[in-house]
Amino acid sequence: MSEITPERVAHLAMLARIALTDDEIEKLTGELGAIVDSVAKVQEVATPEVAATSHPIPLTGGMRPDVPGQTLTTEQALAGAPDHDGSRFRVTAILGEEQ
Amino acid sequence: MSAADLTRSTAADLAHRLTTGEVSSVEVTQAHLDRIAAVDGDVHAFLHVSENALETARQVDADRAAGQALPELAGVPIAIKDVLCTIDMPSTSGSKILEGWIPPYDATVVARLRAARMVPLGKTNMDEFAMGSSTEHSAYGPTRNPWDLERIPGGSGGGSAAAVAAFEAPVALGSDTGGSIRQPGAVTGTVGVKPTYGGVSRYGAIALASSLDQVGPVSRTVLDAALVHDVIGGHDPRDATSIPDQWPSMAEAARRGLTGDVLKGIRVGVVKELEGEGFQSGVKQRYHETLDLLAAAGAEIVEVSCPHFEYAVAAYYLILPAEASSNLAKFDSVRFGMRANVTGTVEDVMAATREAGFGPEVKRRIILGTYALSAGYYDAYYGSAQKVRTLIQQDFDAAFEKADILVSPSAPTTAFKFGEKLEDPLAMYLNDVTTIPANLAGVPGMGLPMGLAPEDGLPTGLQLMAPARHDARLYEAGAAIEQLLEGNWGHALWSQAPELGANGLATALGSNGGAR
Repeated sequence: MSEITPERVAHLAMLARIALTDDEIEKLTGELGAIVDSVAKVQEVATPEVAATSHPIPLTGGMRPDVPGQTLTTEQALAGAPDHDGSRFRVTAILGEEQ
Repeated sequence: MSAADLTRSTAADLAHRLTTGEVSSVEVTQAHLDRIAAVDGDVHAFLHVSENALETARQVDADRAAGQALPELAGVPIAIKDVLCTIDMPSTSGSKILEGWIPPYDATVVARLRAARMVPLGKTNMDEFAMGSSTEHSAYGPTRNPWDLERIPGGSGGGSAAAVAAFEAPVALGSDTGGSIRQPGAVTGTVGVKPTYGGVSRYGAIALASSLDQVGPVSRTVLDAALVHDVIGGHDPRDATSIPDQWPSMAEAARRGLTGDVLKGIRVGVVKELEGEGFQSGVKQRYHETLDLLAAAGAEIVEVSCPHFEYAVAAYYLILPAEASSNLAKFDSVRFGMRANVTGTVEDVMAATREAGFGPEVKRRIILGTYALSAGYYDAYYGSAQKVRTLIQQDFDAAFEKADILVSPSAPTTAFKFGEKLEDPLAMYLNDVTTIPANLAGVPGMGLPMGLAPEDGLPTGLQLMAPARHDARLYEAGAAIEQLLEGNWGHALWSQAPELGANGLATALGSNGGAR
């Protein structure tokens, strides 16, 4: 059986920065438990001598000439922002009171 | 030509008529916009219809009239999956968190469509961030299957497939992470191709799982898919995973398939593990009839075994959530997209925004991916899944020693009804059992119509797979197989789709269509 408990789901949600409701945590605990039990099947054949593949087509990174490319203007970069002051993104406080 | 004739024409045919001056791009574009206005209330393939389409068409007509040499598909309309960034249209990836977002740049594939002077018609519906097999996970409501409006059009690219099947666009762009082009193709009776990983640029495609995602064409014929593939494919320095090789013309390959005798002697590998349990009887029946037709046409049918394919779905649902949980971290309420109206620190706002902006499937996969990447679990889950990936590549290598192309059904069943699998994520995931191996290995896959299942009269699909970098082989063989099947039926499968009425009812044409 999997180790998916409501406490673990709440912790993962905190790590992923999603403010799940208690109902969502309860529902996800059951669903994720079933999914994790199912996908754990990969361990049956993932023996130590098998190499891991991270990308399907191996490529080595190329270098481009060190010259400025086309980039977004400040105005373009801010165009989709929920809030800004004309040159910077504006957000609420970075630190809470207790910090 | 009547407007109905224009919307039922292939892109290749429209391109030819535009070149000869028989029709104008404005006429072709208007016919498709009218068709969208008439049927999209029922189908809901589009999230946004372009306000610039007619103006774009007018410019193409003016340049043609002025004697400019234009690319082959100039003036032909195309629909674009909403996962792709478009500078003149909202790009939401089917999510509330990006509602109304207009990107500051075009995806490379969109820029290439524009350079080819094609006419973007609008943005098509999809499961949120391409997570799903039915479009039921779109934040903007599902797309309906033109063959039966009570059924799913597949996913995630159900919008692009339905748009093409309902004659709202001759061709479209899709993206395929685990089958999101090929499975919708199967259930809507259309064609779709997932190119070799790295064959088409991902720059400006809103990332789901970066080691699996590929953009590709959606169409009603193999040749039309090839023509679009030639427009969007090729190296892009903006995508570090883009393959720098030169590619042959896919359209030439498709035309060779339509005129030559390419099926004689071709070794067709039947993947033993991709049929049997869980496959609908009508899908199996059409599949075996197709194999018999291929044998009669001179193909050599060989059975191949890919023993690790049975681990593909499990590996995929570790690798995809892991990569998605990282890719979707950028939706942070700071730089673009939605921000929840709450007080607190930036992290409180971020967490509230992501709670309100993501749907249930996206949350499920982000949490799963976060778990799979957690310290202490990484080796057991993500690391093991990457090993399965190696084993699946080895299965493909062995199979391609014995066969030139591999085949399977594109999807295990025909289109299911809305709601049928929505509450059972694992059942939904199994829809992609046939398509996922190609994504894990990076090899190209094509889905094309294989006839209607006798028990429900709904489309089935045939999947072809080729070795990495051999996409042209799919087009050559695919065009020949399409011609063989249509010759046997006496018509194209898409011509048998029910009429869509203005009152919201699909009326069957009274034909069972498909292979008999």
